[in-house]
Amino acid sequence: MLDVNNVTKIFNRGNINEKVALTGLSLHLDPGDVVTIIGSNGAGKSTLLNVVAGVFPIDKGEILIEGRAVHKEPEHVRAAYIGRVFQDPNLGTAASMTIEENLALALRRGNRLGLRRGTGKKRRELFRERLKLLGLGLEDRLTTKVGLLSGGQRQALTVIMATIAAPKLLLLDEHTAALDPKTAQTVLELTEQVIAQEQLTTLMVTHNMEQALRVGNRTIMMHEGRIILDIKGAKRQNMKVSDLLQMFEKASGKTFANDRMLLSN
Amino acid sequence: MSLAFLPGALEQGLLWGPMVLGVYLTFRVLDFPDLTVDGCFTLGAATAARLILMDQDPLLATLVAVLVGALAGLITGFLHTQLKIAPLLAGILTMIGLYSINLRVMGAANLSLLRIDTTITKIENAGLPEQFAAGVLGIAVCLLVLFLLYIFLQTELGLAIRATGDNEQMIRSLGVNTNTTKMIGLALANALCALSGALVAQYQSYADIGMGIGMIIVGLASVIIGETLIGNPTLLRALIAAIIGSIIYRVVIATVLQMGLPSTDLKLLTALIVTVALAFPVIRSRYSSSLPFLGKGEVRARRQ
Ligand SMILES: Nc1ncnc2c1ncn2[C@@H]1O[C@H](COP(=O)(O)OP(=O)(O)OP(=O)(O)O)[C@@H](O)[C@H]1O
Ligand SMILES: [Mg+2]
Repeated sequence: MLDVNNVTKIFNRGNINEKVALTGLSLHLDPGDVVTIIGSNGAGKSTLLNVVAGVFPIDKGEILIEGRAVHKEPEHVRAAYIGRVFQDPNLGTAASMTIEENLALALRRGNRLGLRRGTGKKRRELFRERLKLLGLGLEDRLTTKVGLLSGGQRQALTVIMATIAAPKLLLLDEHTAALDPKTAQTVLELTEQVIAQEQLTTLMVTHNMEQALRVGNRTIMMHEGRIILDIKGAKRQNMKVSDLLQMFEKASGKTFANDRMLLSN
Repeated sequence: MSLAFLPGALEQGLLWGPMVLGVYLTFRVLDFPDLTVDGCFTLGAATAARLILMDQDPLLATLVAVLVGALAGLITGFLHTQLKIAPLLAGILTMIGLYSINLRVMGAANLSLLRIDTTITKIENAGLPEQFAAGVLGIAVCLLVLFLLYIFLQTELGLAIRATGDNEQMIRSLGVNTNTTKMIGLALANALCALSGALVAQYQSYADIGMGIGMIIVGLASVIIGETLIGNPTLLRALIAAIIGSIIYRVVIATVLQMGLPSTDLKLLTALIVTVALAFPVIRSRYSSSLPFLGKGEVRARRQ
């Protein structure tokens, strides 16, 4: 499904601020894999998601989606098959536009945009149906400007937007980190539900260790631009957060340090 | 004070209306401060005037002016999206270049259309009383442009253009090439601006190389007046506000002229109006405690 082969990403190459963010990283995902990613600050988690999405070019290696090399395609071309949710709820939606207008754009992800009305009757029906999943009452507020919604509501909407056009790959970068615990829980549950329903292949960065082990079928841990742990199957099922931390320390020789880290909740 | 100036101000507000909608489109919708407007307004006037003097049908001449205006917008778009020149500078470059082009189009610094058939005289010939012709034309054009723009901004493409100005990262992550949406938005805005230029030339019966100077500020002043008085809770209301703003701006100008302000001071006055309007949120937040009548002290983003 997704193949990241030997990818290196260097920021500010040849400059005093040179930073190797990914060092020959390889990762293979099967269809339907839901992989959680953890790692210290600056480990390269966001960078990994960004190079897969095409936000910036890679320096070495290749990226394949369903066998097709995509690493030379610009971001807006790759966006046709990649759904994303960012940490900042403001980044995923257009505040001055209505809920239905945001959804209309999301629904047409990767398609040629034409002179058809964005929000016809049929589409509204679909939007309502999707928004009902959230249980936030947004289905009755299709013409409300998104800027008037709370952060949690916006992020929930972004999850719907990222998945409404059935992407091949879903990229979540700490998408619940900016929300209060209760809202974060709601948005995470919704995310899991949609992933299961649409059987989406997913990469999810999280700072919550317990969540990392519970959500999905596989957990990878990154450190200094590399994958240092890749845990799946039976071994993962019986794993506790303390085991994970121990494994990290053994593999990296350092203690785990992430300022947003939550060991449990 | 005589109110005889009112019909004239109304006509002007309407004929300048498409230009104001163009400014609204770039500054507010696309979040692209486009200064092409100054040169483009004159370009529309010059093109229409020259074609009319070459015995072309005035309607056709106006249409060609619109297309040429779109082309000017595309040039600014090209400078920005392909050559990565900052929006303000890209617009200025096109505007300056257009000055020479406009002179070439006209072949002189000004062209007179006196006693020559224009769209307005055509309407008069169709049987409308002379004093209503320009007003009717203005209303018809504004309604048509308003309607088309309102429909367009709700199409998929229109939504993408609006999202480009609102959240570029988001719309790119949805697979839209924002270079394309910016180009289309700029072409559209400048087409509208040239339309106003073409209509105004026919209304005043002349085109002049300097008639577009400061147009961007006139447009901004009108947009801000409209926003302040009418507001922009919905798209339709925001579009109507731009036209109303254009009319009110003309009424204000006509009133101060009537009160004896020399017309050479108009540009200074317009600049002052825009400065005060732009500074208003800052002033309000800074002095709201001592001047409670100014309202809630909160610097809001200009664009909603
Ligand atoms: N656009 C950029 N320009 C320069 N350096 C960058 C850029 N983006 C990331 N980096 C650097 O690359 C390294 C990896 O950053 P990245 O954002 O991928 O870390 P992360 O694992 O997501 O960390 P966090 O947990 O803090 O989000 C860091 O050292 C960071 O400073
Ligand atoms: Mg990160």
